[in-house]
Amino acid sequence: MPPPLLLRAAVTASFVALIGYAWWAGRATGGGAPAPDGREFGFQLRECSKERGIDFVHHAPRLDEKLANIMPHVAGMGAAVSVCDFDGDGWADLYATNSDFGHANALYRNRGDGTFEDVAASAGVADVNVEGRGVSMGSIWADFDGDGDQDCFLYKWGLPQLFRNEGNGTFQDVAKEAGVARWMNSNGACWIDYDRDGRLDLYVTGYFREEIDLWHLQTTMIMQASFEFARNGGHNYLYRNLGDGRFEDVTERTGTDSTRWTLAVAAADLNGDGWQDLYLANDYGPEEYFENQGGERFVRREGVGLEESSKSGMSVALGDFENVGRLGVYVTNISKSGYLFQGNNLRINRLADRGWLQNVAEGTVADCGWAWGAQFGDLDNDGRQDLYVVNGFVSASQDRDYWYGMSKIAGAAGELAEDARQWPPMEDRSLSGYECSRVLVNQGHGRFVDAAGSVGANDLFDGRAVAFADFRHCGALDVAIANQKGPLLLYANEVAADRGWIAFALAGTRSNRSAVGATVTLHAGGARQSQTVLAGSGFCAQNDLVLHFGLGSARPEKAVVRWPSGVEQTVESPRERGIVRLEEPRE
Amino acid sequence: MSLAAATTSAPVARRGIDPRWLSSSFLTLILVIGQWRFQILGDSYLPWLVALSSALLTEIVLHRLHAGGFPNLLSAYISGNSVGILLKPSGGLIWPFAVCAAIAITSKYVLRYRKRHLWNPTNFSVCVMLLVASGQVSMLSHQWGNDPWMVAVIWSVGLLTVYRAKVLQITLGYLVSFAFFAWLRTFVNHHPLGAELGPVTGPMYQLFMFFMVTDPRTIVRGKAKQVGVVFVVALAECVIRLLCDFDVLPAGNPLCAAPPMFALFVVGPIFLYAQLAREPAR
Repeated sequence: MPPPLLLRAAVTASFVALIGYAWWAGRATGGGAPAPDGREFGFQLRECSKERGIDFVHHAPRLDEKLANIMPHVAGMGAAVSVCDFDGDGWADLYATNSDFGHANALYRNRGDGTFEDVAASAGVADVNVEGRGVSMGSIWADFDGDGDQDCFLYKWGLPQLFRNEGNGTFQDVAKEAGVARWMNSNGACWIDYDRDGRLDLYVTGYFREEIDLWHLQTTMIMQASFEFARNGGHNYLYRNLGDGRFEDVTERTGTDSTRWTLAVAAADLNGDGWQDLYLANDYGPEEYFENQGGERFVRREGVGLEESSKSGMSVALGDFENVGRLGVYVTNISKSGYLFQGNNLRINRLADRGWLQNVAEGTVADCGWAWGAQFGDLDNDGRQDLYVVNGFVSASQDRDYWYGMSKIAGAAGELAEDARQWPPMEDRSLSGYECSRVLVNQGHGRFVDAAGSVGANDLFDGRAVAFADFRHCGALDVAIANQKGPLLLYANEVAADRGWIAFALAGTRSNRSAVGATVTLHAGGARQSQTVLAGSGFCAQNDLVLHFGLGSARPEKAVVRWPSGVEQTVESPRERGIVRLEEPRE
Repeated sequence: MSLAAATTSAPVARRGIDPRWLSSSFLTLILVIGQWRFQILGDSYLPWLVALSSALLTEIVLHRLHAGGFPNLLSAYISGNSVGILLKPSGGLIWPFAVCAAIAITSKYVLRYRKRHLWNPTNFSVCVMLLVASGQVSMLSHQWGNDPWMVAVIWSVGLLTVYRAKVLQITLGYLVSFAFFAWLRTFVNHHPLGAELGPVTGPMYQLFMFFMVTDPRTIVRGKAKQVGVVFVVALAECVIRLLCDFDVLPAGNPLCAAPPMFALFVVGPIFLYAQLAREPAR
């Protein structure tokens, strides 16, 4: 046995070494605007909204004064952006929402060269934020009536609106006739053909309870009953498209309700049975997977790996990030140094063969600050799905922070948190403000690297929604970002010219016209990658319905399209560096 | 008395039961019910297992080095479990559990005065982790489902446990002091009383009141003195909270993330040291 003095010295040295290691390994990562680190990722982003004709600024809702103490928190949503092609010219347009009375939404028509003009007023989709009717939170676009042009469902804190595209550059609000004009406090929706009848149905999520008018509160008991397992949010609804312009509420019949404060939803066939399922990200609670059982009803699946990590789900992105032909799931959450590391979830999808989803997020994939919208997309055209994550909740004072104030309520038992009056006043404090987006480049084998600093994504606005499209038909996914109380940004993406690409624009015949739910599996260079047409994903966002694939140096060998109707179509040696337009076989 | 014996000898509760048996049983109960009802350990058992293993292994190694033989592992069991529950590091990180638990146990052998360790091991280690590694580490700060039954079970069994361990006065003394200072703070910061009282109803405080502040090895002797110490702990916590309320401590300061932990971290050892210093050397 060593002498006591030596032993004590050795133990003390070990003790100091342990603390030293904790200091070294526990340094903060992320936060603030990252500097370029000299690495090359094969693409560069350049913010270009002004030069492209976009000058949109979001205005937050001003709610009942009873919420004044935490107004920035409660009114912290509403900036949304969706990609559409409302005029059917093959060029991706943009629709951005505003959230204060009297402030207009913007419909940016792509002039055919990647520049835009706001035509919302003439189209009839601008002045929608009206006292008594609520304010916009987001939109989803698809051809619900099968007439060949994309219609818009606008979800709101208030009465949602269903804008039927008249085919002449104008829209008509048909929500009331369609039977979907139900007052909700909604932050999410998606189009889904759940019964595969060729008509798009509609799933709308509730956040605050629907009996709450946030401008005329009867009570301040409107917040979450629990920070982890709250079930006192608004109801979710599934509307079945009857085909005559009307929708039928089939929520109860199909078992698709949830009152878990749903913030985001995406629909896709996640278990490979040919039927589109629903995946929900819930604030203050675990995610939910609703399995579609033959188009008749849905079952909320237990025991698939979602209950074990109750968090604050903010968005749902679906992408085949492993290139295995299965859609993985990325759900953003909240992380804040010292206070809370909920961690984002990046889930490998083994529902089809093993019946579970496995969270493999770690490092920068897990910690993106107060993360909101996220989308999968191949930003560098290397044949792997990357992730773009926007973040930051309330950017106000640079010196004063509300995390401590919120921590008083976050751990409290009983009904304290539910009562907005009991929350300490925010005043001008920030809450995870001034955070920089993450551009997570997929390096293969489930490994992602944050390239934000190196590729030029360095804004510090409070990002909410992010959406991708190749607005210039140049073979690169540009990035549109809606910021709360901030500008709508457009990042032009310049990708190394030697990296190939191919895109698919699908039109259903037996399936819904927008081909929502169709999956393209591209075989190239001995690998395969899959993408599904989603009308609503991320947070309050929608990507272009045209599917963009990066190829790297590979040549496309074949593309297999699985249409929602069940029909499979194979295209041999599709032409790269262009958009392949496919119509579903009629027979 | 050997150094190791000093770290593991058991204060005797009524009828000769080592109070750490009560504490460890209670902690196990919290773990089982909490994990069953609300998955308090998250989506993997690995971090908890690592924390527990690290604590037990460190205890065994250090005890053998200092005194030989096999140690009583109750203290390490409590520390390992507490670290597993309290520590919430950035996604997927395992090392904080191993390091934090090892720091907790090692602190007992290093930070000593008159053959007593001065800090509650878990209190010391989580505070150190928050101070030096807050970029990757946070502490339990949210509810466990806000389920009244869960709260009722923890409070009932917790109070029974500290009563049996003869430290009920410490828990109640702290509780009353906290409430008093919470009420006082509302006159200064003008925040709702509910917001000021709210934290004490949460899980972090349950672990704090039933396991840390009542640690038989790091409390002063004498019931009145014990109550006096927790009153000062609550006072120190109140000061930290006001400094956070008025942004005197800069945004993101670790002290604001866990005020009671740091209050005990500062106050507890001072009083214990003072009491030990007054005792004649043995």
